[in-house]
Amino acid sequence: MSISPDLAYAIFGRFNMDALPIHEPILVVTFIVVALAGVSILGALTYFRLWAYLWSEWFTSVDHKRIGVMYIFLGIVMLLRGFSDAILMRTQQAMAFGHNQGYLPAHHYDQVFSAHGVIMIFFVAMPLVTGMMNFVVPLQIGARDVAFPFLNNFSFWMTVGGAIVVMMSLFVGDFARTGWLAYPPLSDSAFSNDTGVDYYIWALQIAGVGTLLSGVNLIATIVKMRAPGMSLMKMPVFTWTALCTNVLIVAAFPVLTAVLAMLALDRYCGFHFFTGNLGGNPMMYINLIWIWGHPEVYILILPAFGIYSEIVSTFCSKRLFGYTSMVYATVVITILSYLVWLHHFFTMGSGASVNAFFGITTMVISIPTGAKMFNWLFTMYRGRIRFELPMMWTLAFMLTFAIGGMTGVMLAVPPADFVLHNSLFLVAHFHNVIIGGVLFGMFAGIDYWFPKAFGFKLDRFWGKVSFWCWVPGFYIAFMPLYLLGLMGVTRRLRHFDDPSLQIWFVIAAFGAALIACGIVAFIIQIVVSILNREALRDVDGDPWDGRTLEWSTSSPPPAYNFAFTPIVYDHDAYWDMKSHGYVRPSEGYRPIHMPKNTPAGIILAGLAVVCGVALVWYVWWLAVLSFVGLLGYAIFHTFNYHREFYIPEQEVAETEKARTLLLATRA
Amino acid sequence: MSSSSNPGALTANPHPRAFHLASEDDHHPENGTLLGFWIYLMSDCLIFAALFATYAVLGTSYAGGPSQAELFKLPTVALNTSMLLLSSITYGFAMLAMAKGNKGATLVWLGITGLFGAAFIGLELQEFAELIRDGAGPQRSAFLSSFFALVGTHGLHVSVGIIWLITLMVQVGRKGLIQTNRRRLMCLSLFWHFLDVIWIGVFSFVYLIGVLR
Repeated sequence: MSISPDLAYAIFGRFNMDALPIHEPILVVTFIVVALAGVSILGALTYFRLWAYLWSEWFTSVDHKRIGVMYIFLGIVMLLRGFSDAILMRTQQAMAFGHNQGYLPAHHYDQVFSAHGVIMIFFVAMPLVTGMMNFVVPLQIGARDVAFPFLNNFSFWMTVGGAIVVMMSLFVGDFARTGWLAYPPLSDSAFSNDTGVDYYIWALQIAGVGTLLSGVNLIATIVKMRAPGMSLMKMPVFTWTALCTNVLIVAAFPVLTAVLAMLALDRYCGFHFFTGNLGGNPMMYINLIWIWGHPEVYILILPAFGIYSEIVSTFCSKRLFGYTSMVYATVVITILSYLVWLHHFFTMGSGASVNAFFGITTMVISIPTGAKMFNWLFTMYRGRIRFELPMMWTLAFMLTFAIGGMTGVMLAVPPADFVLHNSLFLVAHFHNVIIGGVLFGMFAGIDYWFPKAFGFKLDRFWGKVSFWCWVPGFYIAFMPLYLLGLMGVTRRLRHFDDPSLQIWFVIAAFGAALIACGIVAFIIQIVVSILNREALRDVDGDPWDGRTLEWSTSSPPPAYNFAFTPIVYDHDAYWDMKSHGYVRPSEGYRPIHMPKNTPAGIILAGLAVVCGVALVWYVWWLAVLSFVGLLGYAIFHTFNYHREFYIPEQEVAETEKARTLLLATRA
Repeated sequence: MSSSSNPGALTANPHPRAFHLASEDDHHPENGTLLGFWIYLMSDCLIFAALFATYAVLGTSYAGGPSQAELFKLPTVALNTSMLLLSSITYGFAMLAMAKGNKGATLVWLGITGLFGAAFIGLELQEFAELIRDGAGPQRSAFLSSFFALVGTHGLHVSVGIIWLITLMVQVGRKGLIQTNRRRLMCLSLFWHFLDVIWIGVFSFVYLIGVLR
């Protein structure tokens, strides 16, 4: 059977069998491993009859706690993928000296470093941060859900959709070979004519919709749904950082959407925004993408700052030192993060005055950040510090982030930047702040709130193993890169001529191996904790002697979070309740109004993925069909007016009574 | 916010603190949807800001092709603009009718609003078709790329608004002016007037200043 090429193009677009990497052994082996793992997981789910449970209790859930947990699960899964890319790169760079070309061909290596950056930022850090905010914020402000529960579910599935599109590029066609921000003119169709940049564009557009809507949702939640008495200056610090982060999301992501749409128009329709001819201006792209990109790094770090603040105060059993200054520092960072984007391209040639302005604004950011650092230190001063896992991560962060911050100030000096720009010094700097700041914060947060989410603590021993692999592993992996960068080694290189550099890359690879042990230990920690959950049980819902409202609920909290809406008098609301001899009420329950679960989010996101992939492969009929389907289904969904139900008084009373009995048996 | 400023309750208030609301109505906040929609509109505004900025940078990159003064016909644009401004007024009338609880009048004014919107889109498409026919399509120069992107994005928003308007007309027709539908009409109202404001920006900065250049 043979069909004409025209017909094949009309049906399959530019997809054909060559798009499958059957001639690349690394990818074939990867595919086999992924397929086997996937089949065994799907088989296990089927065998244990978990599909119906997952579908009705998780996938279609509009419960902010479950959506938060699913975000974090997504982040951890994607961390494995992003870290595999890192291991590939470290191994290649440790090998490829002189005659040895290493094992990754150039076109593969370039995809690996691009995918690593994209995945780590958009599909690891972002889901972890969004998941934390989703889970914690409504509990901290005494609310029963977010402002728009269905939208929350939809946002999550759009993020998953973006991740699926990126993962697909591993086995079907190529990913971008342009670096994680896909600068033109390299990313224009003249120089990247394959599917790579298109996968990049549509993955980020789909996930970007989710991120933006989740930002809108959380702002409305924090502004409108705080418990009575919780004025802005009585909000827990994590909620404050979440508010600022979501303001940044809403103010930054539209720019990313616009700039990627323009790049898509250049590539698909022959526009000339960023092309090298007919008046296009590639620097326009670099400006716009960093106007999104710099706030993005604060979107990631601010919630981590919030987590550290909660943890320091809890594990020192003290009020946070300088609550007000902490809030103002957060707000100042939020504003300043819009005034520094040009420091990412001092070498563009804007001239001394412009560079000086952006250099100074960049250095100014270190002042509020320093204020935070001192606040944490003064909170610890004369506190009774409990060295539980979250506190250990926090201490590692304070040490590591101070170093990363100082190298950041070095890079902020324009003349120094002309030497360090695009070098491994830069690579070391941003890994220093993102791993040492964001990732350590996420591990701290996971260790801290895991008992709240699941009702039992995480295993301490394996948590410590993970900690002691991660922290030294980080230093061993990235300190050599600072040295190499100072020696002038540029980033994104696949092969080196000077053999004297090799030892540093070997050391860095050893550090990466140690981090790999840390990741394995983290997974073991979770498995061991699940197996050992009875011994680790958190009965009273307050395992750390916590200070904020989430610890007043049971672990895990009931679907409605609070049987009665709490009234708040202090920013350490639960601490205040405990110190005033608070007693849980045992009667007077009433029915609770809650949103219903819905499959609409997963269906809409599924259609968006089909549309995105069809656009990548130029399958126009499918793109049109799925887009019309998307629009049609969205309209259809608005005809459903019955989206809420009441949890009956009886059920609330029984849930609360069960907890009362549990607490009584423990006491 | 230091601890010394706030322990007042212990000393000043001898009664135990109430830590819960004894009774409450709905968990959904007053006007939460409108606030959320407003925030979304501001994010949309930033998409337009990025497109305006791009137009400001690339608006004189003619690449040897035609400039604004050679392409724009102000009479057409004036007609176009009046269609959109009139549609905003008629949407206002629809909202007044809604406030009075008059379902029939609301639907009629919404219908008229939709027709004005459709006329605007029709005129815009005609303008685009003429430009493309004359060899001044978006592929011609960076100026035309940024022009088509900015004006086209606005047109796309108005088109989505029209689809939304029709959907709401069906829903109001079926269910009447119930609370949910009133809220939806308020959101579309914000959206519609927002697009009007954006168009005033387009009209002033792209068309008027364009022909003066």
